[in-house]
Amino acid sequence: MKHEAIEKNVGLMIVLTLVALSFGTLVELVPLMFARETHEPVAGLKPLPALELEGRDIYIREGCNNCHSQMIRPLRAETERYGHYSVAGEFVYDHPFLWGSKRTGPDLARVGGRYSDDWHRAHMYNPRDVVPESNMPAFKWLFENEINPELTPRKMAALSKVGVPYTEEDIAGASAAVAGKTEIDALVAYLQQLGTLLQSRR
Amino acid sequence: MTSFWSLWIIVLTTITIVGLTWILFGNRKKEQRKTERTTGHVADGIEEYDNPLPAWWFYMFVLTIVWGIGYLIIYPGMGNYPGLIGWTQLGQYDKEVAAAETKYRAMRDRYLALPIEEIASDPSVRKMGMRMFSNNCAQCHGGDARGSYGFPNLADDDWLYGGNPADIKASITAGRQSAMPAWGSVIGEQGVADVTAYILSINGRDTAAERVNAGQQVFQTYCVACHGADAGGNPALGAPNLKNGIWLYGGSAEQISHSIRAGRNGVMPAHADSLSEDKIHILAAYVYGLSQ
Repeated sequence: MKHEAIEKNVGLMIVLTLVALSFGTLVELVPLMFARETHEPVAGLKPLPALELEGRDIYIREGCNNCHSQMIRPLRAETERYGHYSVAGEFVYDHPFLWGSKRTGPDLARVGGRYSDDWHRAHMYNPRDVVPESNMPAFKWLFENEINPELTPRKMAALSKVGVPYTEEDIAGASAAVAGKTEIDALVAYLQQLGTLLQSRR
Repeated sequence: MTSFWSLWIIVLTTITIVGLTWILFGNRKKEQRKTERTTGHVADGIEEYDNPLPAWWFYMFVLTIVWGIGYLIIYPGMGNYPGLIGWTQLGQYDKEVAAAETKYRAMRDRYLALPIEEIASDPSVRKMGMRMFSNNCAQCHGGDARGSYGFPNLADDDWLYGGNPADIKASITAGRQSAMPAWGSVIGEQGVADVTAYILSINGRDTAAERVNAGQQVFQTYCVACHGADAGGNPALGAPNLKNGIWLYGGSAEQISHSIRAGRNGVMPAHADSLSEDKIHILAAYVYGLSQ
């Protein structure tokens, strides 16, 4: 085939470009979609309860994942600091996953239980109060805003459409579980369960 | 990985490598012939040369292909084929961890066998302890261990749960959960104001004298169980001494009133699940050493 024939025929060029690009996807990504390791939840993994789920949405809304990863790599330097390395089975109910790719702040994959609720509240209200050298923004509005309980069941229903096994009762009880809670309650609840299923002493 | 997907990866990878090699060699121009000097494109009289790829560039391509094939032979890449040297990501990690264990374990075990009082001033214990403290403790207690509002100062000699080595080690290992109930609804706003006045008075601060007696009455009824009749505190319960001028939640009248009214429930997380005993031992020695 003459080079000229490809250059002068946009349709053909698009098709050939897609073929060339698809090889990486087909080899590296497609087999993982069918692999057991990426589908089977780790022991004890349950879909996030209502309050934690709302907390996760606040985590996304405030862009926490722009500065905090949730992905501990299997390197000693990381597991010494953060705990057991992350495994695929921990994220099977995450839509979307929040692994992140940048660590302006520390990794949060196993932050659950590491600090007290009070610490998280103080830290979120003004990070400098507890960590003087911190450059994290303050999130004071979380202490005033309340969760909208009408949306929670709908979020759960949407997630169950993509395979998160929420039960009818989970969805029915969701509004009551978040009614009257502030956004900081939800965010702290979400953070306190992060990564608690896999523990390792270091 | 099932053998289907393994084969899928092997076949597609092979096709890619063979295909790229074919494109590279198929398009190769040995030398430049007069008749083919330009591509035939003309724009405003400017023509485009049709030169062969520079040799160094061409051989770089060849090198990447050879590199790729070599990589796929030595390392795992072709489906389930484990590679010549049997490298795995987790294997490398385990080796790294095991190497560190052999390197540091013996040293830490040596310290674990010694009493905390003895090793607290050892320079290498202080150095190790400081690093562990920065990573595990400084977020709440501060890099200088002087604490902050709601998080105890560890560098002074006032201790909520006791400051001897065994107490410190227990605090780190199992954590602490303080439980100061909210008294607002029990003793009322008047009671809160009275007890606040009493607390201020035993710290030698100016306060409304007529309230002090009433406050002492309330204190003797509700507060002595934990804080003691002399308000000296009780380390077994984590109840602070209320007359030494050290305030975890602030010492202004308003802050003291708020603590009485709404209660305080500070939590020190347990570390038994995340830190091994030898590390907790060294950490305890470091913390103990801070106030010595």
